[in-house]
Amino acid sequence: MTTRDAAIGPQLREISGPSAFGGGGRRFLHLLWVIASTDFRLTYFGSALGYLWSLMRPLMLFGVLYLVFSEIVKFGDGITNYPVLLLFNIVLFSFFTEATQNCVTCVVQRESLVRKMHFPRLVIPLATTLTAVLNLSVNLIAVLIFLLVYGVDPEPTWLLLPALLAVLTAFTAAVGVTLSVLYVRFRDVQPIWMVVSTMLFYGTPVLYSIEFVPDGYRELVLANPLASLLELGRVWIVDPSAPTPAAVTGSSLFWLVPAGIVVAVVVLGLWRFNREAPRIAEEL
Amino acid sequence: MTQPVAIDVERLEKTFRIPEHRVQTLKERALHPFRRTRYTELHVLQDVSFRIMRGEFFGILGRNGSGKSTLLKCLAGIYKADAGRIAVAGRLAPFIELGVGFNPDLTATENVTINAVMMGLTPAEARERFDDIIAFAELEDFVDLKLKNYSSGMQVRLAFATMAQSDADVMLIDEVLAVGDAAFQQKCFEVFDRLRAEGKTIVLVTHDLRLVERFCDRAMLIHDHRIDSVGDPDRVAQRYLDVNFVRALEGAEGGELGDDLAVLDVWIENDGEKTESLPFGATADLWADIEAAREIADPEIRIWVENEEGTRVFAASTVEFGRVVAPLLPGERHRLRVRFENRLVSDAYHVSALVRSRSQPARVSGVRNRAARFSVVGGEHVGGVFDIEHSLEFRIVEEKTRT
Repeated sequence: MTTRDAAIGPQLREISGPSAFGGGGRRFLHLLWVIASTDFRLTYFGSALGYLWSLMRPLMLFGVLYLVFSEIVKFGDGITNYPVLLLFNIVLFSFFTEATQNCVTCVVQRESLVRKMHFPRLVIPLATTLTAVLNLSVNLIAVLIFLLVYGVDPEPTWLLLPALLAVLTAFTAAVGVTLSVLYVRFRDVQPIWMVVSTMLFYGTPVLYSIEFVPDGYRELVLANPLASLLELGRVWIVDPSAPTPAAVTGSSLFWLVPAGIVVAVVVLGLWRFNREAPRIAEEL
Repeated sequence: MTQPVAIDVERLEKTFRIPEHRVQTLKERALHPFRRTRYTELHVLQDVSFRIMRGEFFGILGRNGSGKSTLLKCLAGIYKADAGRIAVAGRLAPFIELGVGFNPDLTATENVTINAVMMGLTPAEARERFDDIIAFAELEDFVDLKLKNYSSGMQVRLAFATMAQSDADVMLIDEVLAVGDAAFQQKCFEVFDRLRAEGKTIVLVTHDLRLVERFCDRAMLIHDHRIDSVGDPDRVAQRYLDVNFVRALEGAEGGELGDDLAVLDVWIENDGEKTESLPFGATADLWADIEAAREIADPEIRIWVENEEGTRVFAASTVEFGRVVAPLLPGERHRLRVRFENRLVSDAYHVSALVRSRSQPARVSGVRNRAARFSVVGGEHVGGVFDIEHSLEFRIVEEKTRT
């Protein structure tokens, strides 16, 4: 194509159809933010109690579990600051399940948009995750208040929390992206993921901590990135005296296993989504 | 200098693969890992090439299922083309369905912001234009109302206003305008005029021939997944009628369009002279020439007149008066004449003719839609379609004594 005088107007540009990323970085971010923030406001202002409801879910789960494991089974006695740890774990883990479960159906639910508008497809699962991140931030404020009221002393390691959240969010988003695109093809992904979520809930040290896991299984549990992240969070935020994953496994390089899994899931998720993106509108 | 090209489509192909048995679950995939899914291929667009110039108002006509909506979705970047190339100059805003992306639980303000960002504005730009958008949509009093409480007319106004303000260089519009009322449609076309003056390009997909004839600079007919014709809107609209009217009649029988008989020509005469302008009250003749390519045993030849609004105001047929027409034989030429006293009010009219078998009325052998036109001049008409011969009387029936 010959370049013409700019005054003539916009130049012809070839359009290649829908994709996961296309359309420019700024537009991507704008879309992401606008969709996520309106979704967040919808849950916030949607009902009379609004935001309280989204806080109620982890709080009620916490209440029940706390009663069972602290008062009835007396399970929490061996763990320092058990109530705080339990709440912290539940808030983080709820974020993971909420985000991924919403991601499963998100692309299909926004069918009308996907079939009628041209925009980078990846925005949809990422916006769903971002909405969950916004929820998480508000929930974390509740956790912080609880921490201080309970009498946990602030530590300099609290400042590491954003790094932990960043890795958790990346992992969650990658899982969500993968699920969202799988669901377009396979509708039984949703019930399967419900079961897997429950398995993960018990397979991850949410209710318990890593010392309760029999010796031979600790590496297996900690290979799960969620487990490693929760255990790191425990050391950094709730109980500095708790053993780090490195101490538990006895290897300073063990972190490469969960980190490798996070990277693999991110790469696989993006690759898969990118490959399917051009055809999503037709598959729906 | 020639106008720069706004949309350039070259040899576009789009095929949908419809699986005969769709694997919907992982379970099926796991149970039959090696089963190959067989597909039926549906060629929705074949070898489509055209160019639209900047500032043009371009109409795309076609029946449902002809491929025009798929073409639009390829242009809008929603479907990926299987082959060929699409190039667009500048930013393109699709307006494919009423209130796309509108969330019924959000207010107009929030919806407009999302929609404008979808169209390619930044959130800040969207907020800046918000007042203009609302003013254009005439929804000032309903800004904070949730969209689920809007009527469909209000929603389409809001959606259209957002698109008009989106600053896109090319706008794709599919049908949607049919929803608004007449006043709003008028307003839309004023906007189109303004946008064209600014060098924007508008592509309108519709089956409303009048819109195409009135507003488009050029039109294109998509028929059976290919471009049938491109050019002057009146001619393309005519072609649309020819192609589709036959189809509709023929559809019930499932047969193909017969080429065994043809209406060669249709014309109007007044006092033995071919004309396009008939004086009111004159005696006029409608003529049609018919030529048979194959024998048809039991023919009916029908001719009719439509006014500009598309209302059929008059029809005549060889079946009238119990007449039986002799079989039409190949190579013969027949001529139909309908003589009538012209009592049509001044307006423009179109004449069409068709030939079909009386025993199989759905099977149309040949048709010419709107093959000739004439206008009626003279006469004093105060309204209506016909000026039926009448008398008028006006008198006082009860006197009031004046003092």
